[in-house]
Amino acid sequence: METSILNTIAYDLIIDEIPEGARVLDLGCGDGSLLVQLQKLKKIDGYGVEISPEGVSACVEKGLYVYQGDIDDGLSDYRGNSFDYVILNQTLHFTKRPRFVLAETMRICRNAIVSFPNLGYWKNRLHILLKGSMPRNTSGEREWFNSSNMHHLSIEDFRLYCGLNDYPIKRERHFSLKGSSAHSKPVGFFPNFFAHFAFFVLDGEKFTE
Amino acid sequence: MAARKPLSPHFSIFLGMHMNDIAVPPANSVGIVSTKYFTFAQPPNSLTLVSGKTLSPVTLAYETYGNLNEKKTNAILILHALSGTAHAAGYHSPHDRDAGWWDDYIGPGKAFDTEKYFVICSNVIGGCNGSTGPSSINPATGKEYALDFPIVTIADMVNAQKHLIDNLGIERLLAVSGGSMGGMQALQWAVSYPDRVKSVIPIATAASLSAQGIAFHEVGRQAIFRDPNFNGGNYYRESPPASGLSLARMIAHITYLSEKSMHEKFGRRLQNSELFRFRFDTEFQVESYLHHKGLKFVERFDANSYLYITKAIDYFDLKAEYNGKLTSAFEHVSADFLVIGFTTDWLYPTVQSREIVNALRVAGKNVAYTEIETDYGHDAFLLPNDRMERDIANFLKRELEKANKESI
Repeated sequence: METSILNTIAYDLIIDEIPEGARVLDLGCGDGSLLVQLQKLKKIDGYGVEISPEGVSACVEKGLYVYQGDIDDGLSDYRGNSFDYVILNQTLHFTKRPRFVLAETMRICRNAIVSFPNLGYWKNRLHILLKGSMPRNTSGEREWFNSSNMHHLSIEDFRLYCGLNDYPIKRERHFSLKGSSAHSKPVGFFPNFFAHFAFFVLDGEKFTE
Repeated sequence: MAARKPLSPHFSIFLGMHMNDIAVPPANSVGIVSTKYFTFAQPPNSLTLVSGKTLSPVTLAYETYGNLNEKKTNAILILHALSGTAHAAGYHSPHDRDAGWWDDYIGPGKAFDTEKYFVICSNVIGGCNGSTGPSSINPATGKEYALDFPIVTIADMVNAQKHLIDNLGIERLLAVSGGSMGGMQALQWAVSYPDRVKSVIPIATAASLSAQGIAFHEVGRQAIFRDPNFNGGNYYRESPPASGLSLARMIAHITYLSEKSMHEKFGRRLQNSELFRFRFDTEFQVESYLHHKGLKFVERFDANSYLYITKAIDYFDLKAEYNGKLTSAFEHVSADFLVIGFTTDWLYPTVQSREIVNALRVAGKNVAYTEIETDYGHDAFLLPNDRMERDIANFLKRELEKANKESI
């Protein structure tokens, strides 16, 4: 199940969030399947950044215009509020410089969608408590020595960070997965404990420099 | 203007074949082709160059492969690098041992699939392979132009090619593509003629040549100037400056490879012996390779053309007319782009590919960027590469779909 589901996590929420005809940048867009769905369902003007050659070639095959490189590469050239939406879906915790990536994202977007696996999820807590070993944060994630995780974080960590930087949180739609599918099941009650994944929409409108 | 159909295997059996013949052109070859010539700007008309000087008449050598479709939406223009020719694919005769310079990419079922696309490869003005250049006869004097030939730029080359495309009756090219200087021409096409280009595939190229690149060119030009046979460029009836030109080519060849590919190809291996001979003759394999490349080049290239074309590359700077802002240069461009760079190319490094891509991204254009992992340096664009072939094929397929949709 792992890869395919990992790749499609939060797609339904993102598709729901993005309005018709928006200009969208997907940072870490993988094989481009989210952008294709957004083009089909929401007629968006979509762009992507992806580091893996396989991902980029798959995007070219789909007729997408994707940049091969680090996700923070070239963002500084964009003018403020260049995109209606910038998507950081299951990407932020893999970045080397999350502060920079977030700051640049806020600058170039009107809205940012940030979704990541929640380290505060009760199963992760239990894993550390009982097993005393590194939790595999998402289904299908690898051992610590195989993982490309750089910066694990929880819903609580992200809220605090947004507060510190005055990043306005527009919406929170934290979720767990419905069984073994990639579809989301909303978690409203004490999400930092009960939600497997964080889902934030930030307002980037006023950050332009 | 359709290309000649490849010979069928049955037919070629009847052509008396020599030992050296290509047995039968491979099934994925465009087969036997010939170079064509298009002459325009006949007096009293002329082609006005960027420098303000004029040229008349002007001939361009070109080849075509495949067939133009009814709606004329499937034409692709291929442009070559410094020393390239119009002969991009197939063979000129059954006795030909070498196929055209981009035969790995152009042919039935290949990246530029001649069963789907009408592929045109155009030579450049300033060259010496059938197009008007310094070795052409100057109608004013009845002698070769030599250094009286006006300086040409990449934009001039493109302006000349536009006459060819007009003449072929193609309103909008599905794609313009090329590597190195060919990539510069492709970029220039998109900027000079935005309405005439649906997509661009610039490969291993830059929006301007680096200082390092200009430096290498200048050393090459000085080698030619300082050859005793050079004689101010007037050597056409005497011995040509062969040693200068071959030296220029040897230097250039170093810049086309990578440290790693040289190491793997030659290492420190010796040519003819196991032991050092403590003499100055060619001893290392890499020396012998460069000498060979230099000598081969002299047989097929004119020293004056080498001066003119390297100068055209040096002058190229897309942002020069736009206050030094590449984004502004791309502002009015309407083409979609697939930019391709190679990790070990240090003559046109990937940072320069990314400069093009980022300017296009910021200008809000459709651009895909593929960075290909390779050990082969700048030369990689001429060599077979699965990923590059696949990306080009897929990109073109999508662009053709779009073009056909738009033309309904």
